[in-house]
Amino acid sequence: MLSHAGSAGPRAPRCRPLKTVVCVKQVAVLGDEVEFTEDERDVDPDYLERALNEWDVSAVEEALRIKESLVDGDGEVVVVTVGDEEATEALRRCLAMGADRAIRVGAQGVDDADPLTVARGLASVATSEKPDLVLCGVQSSDSVQAATGVMLAELLDVARVAVVIKVECETGSRTARVHRELEGGLLDVVDVDLPAVLTIQTGINEPRYATLRAIKQANLQEIEVVDLDREQPPAYRVRRMYVPERGEGAELLGDDAAGVAGRIAEIVKGRLS
Amino acid sequence: MSGTLVVAEHVEGRLRDVTRELVTAAQDLPRPVAVAVIAGNPASLADSIDLEGVDDVVAVTAGGDEFENDVYQDAVEALIAARQPDVVVLGFTVNSMGFAPAVAAKLGLGFASDVFGFSIESGQVVARRSFYGAKVHAEVELPSGVPAVLLLRPTVWAQAEGSGGASRTELAVETRTPRARHVRFVEAPVADVDITAADFLLSIGRGIGDKENIERFQRLAEKMGATLSVSRPIVDSGWMPSARQVGQSGKTVKPKVYLAFGISGAVQHLAGMKASGTIIAVNTDPEAAIFGVAHYGGVVDLFDVADELEKLY
Repeated sequence: MLSHAGSAGPRAPRCRPLKTVVCVKQVAVLGDEVEFTEDERDVDPDYLERALNEWDVSAVEEALRIKESLVDGDGEVVVVTVGDEEATEALRRCLAMGADRAIRVGAQGVDDADPLTVARGLASVATSEKPDLVLCGVQSSDSVQAATGVMLAELLDVARVAVVIKVECETGSRTARVHRELEGGLLDVVDVDLPAVLTIQTGINEPRYATLRAIKQANLQEIEVVDLDREQPPAYRVRRMYVPERGEGAELLGDDAAGVAGRIAEIVKGRLS
Repeated sequence: MSGTLVVAEHVEGRLRDVTRELVTAAQDLPRPVAVAVIAGNPASLADSIDLEGVDDVVAVTAGGDEFENDVYQDAVEALIAARQPDVVVLGFTVNSMGFAPAVAAKLGLGFASDVFGFSIESGQVVARRSFYGAKVHAEVELPSGVPAVLLLRPTVWAQAEGSGGASRTELAVETRTPRARHVRFVEAPVADVDITAADFLLSIGRGIGDKENIERFQRLAEKMGATLSVSRPIVDSGWMPSARQVGQSGKTVKPKVYLAFGISGAVQHLAGMKASGTIIAVNTDPEAAIFGVAHYGGVVDLFDVADELEKLY
């Protein structure tokens, strides 16, 4: 079916004209200090910085590469997020990378959404967009569920493959050939029917940087906002968050580089002799 | 509803270690503990999961020899319907990620992944997992009255051993034609270096900042008599080959000394190195998760330490 499977040369997926929805998340990054909200169910937002999830950057890049490889360039890349107003920033970054349109689910705001609730929000958009392919990141760096994309596939009743490190498809084909990355680096070559949801692993590509001009243009682009349905029960509810006990923890080797280096040399010598 | 259903994992005809860990974890969950193995011909694999603490081995005939996510989804849904378990436990692994969330979404079950602890409080499953780069832990409550699907973090529980003399149940499940089909496996390329054989690993991560700094740590490793290994971001950036990657998607290592520079300690990385004899971590973030497994830590600039080490060797 494919002539270049496993080759190390330039990648050239040649999919039929296709529409791709990419699901992204504006993740929260915790710094050195932490305070919790009054109900202790989350970290105080003042202590969190926001960024586009690393896995999702790879997913957007992959969607753009597929679109650019189309013979007639007739594809479309739509990015979707479930998130509050701040998540708009993530969408703008995707637009600056080259996505065509952006939609935010969560007009009324989103708090502590579990993966099933998020998947329902994404499904409402994907159902009306009718994409040929949906790409998600494998997981988000702030909650590491690795669940949203596969839940979304179920809600859409389409095929899915999780932890994809390579995508190949052929013009006009109703299937794609993908590589799933198993533990220990073993690859599972899988043929998947389209439409499908693929969750994308980092390392699949080298994501591009947006140009200054593209960033400016993205800032002017309209972003559609729709409501998030929270009627159905979540997969879980956070009861409380806390800072883990350190146990014994690491013995500190001092606070100056020379002292630390001296102790490291000593320990290494002791352990290897 | 009653009992716990463990879903065994296997690849190329071998039971994966995580299954033995799941059996250990299940000892703190409702009995009976049933372990299901799903395969085209599950008989020999079923023998290998008759471990101590297993009450019932369920040999499920479905699909082919290797994992296909639609087959596993159909089989596990059939098992849930037949056994009505309180809790379903699986490994937090690439295979489970491919179908367990779909089962939970379809049947409206409770779901939590990367779980490293749990309790049952008046019938409600409470799972412990981490958020925000593992700097914060959380207790999450799963809904009562429906089975709870838990994907357990590998390498947290010990591996179950022995033989339990479990009863044996056979189940044949008619599954749909899979929409995602296994074609073949591709083994990781053979490398010029075997980091799993080294006594001393000097390991670098995202904290080294720039590709140009790789050479410097390569040199330092040579001087110190260490083998250079890396965390996933270094491989993703294309700076080093995957043969040197430590972690779940790379190699699991157990050197006498593991010296980490600029590695914050993603869960998948820690799983691949926490069994090392002595772990020394240098990182400017005092809250970095790697300090949770390290024996010694230096909260100082890694380049300054590298400079000082070069003088000493």
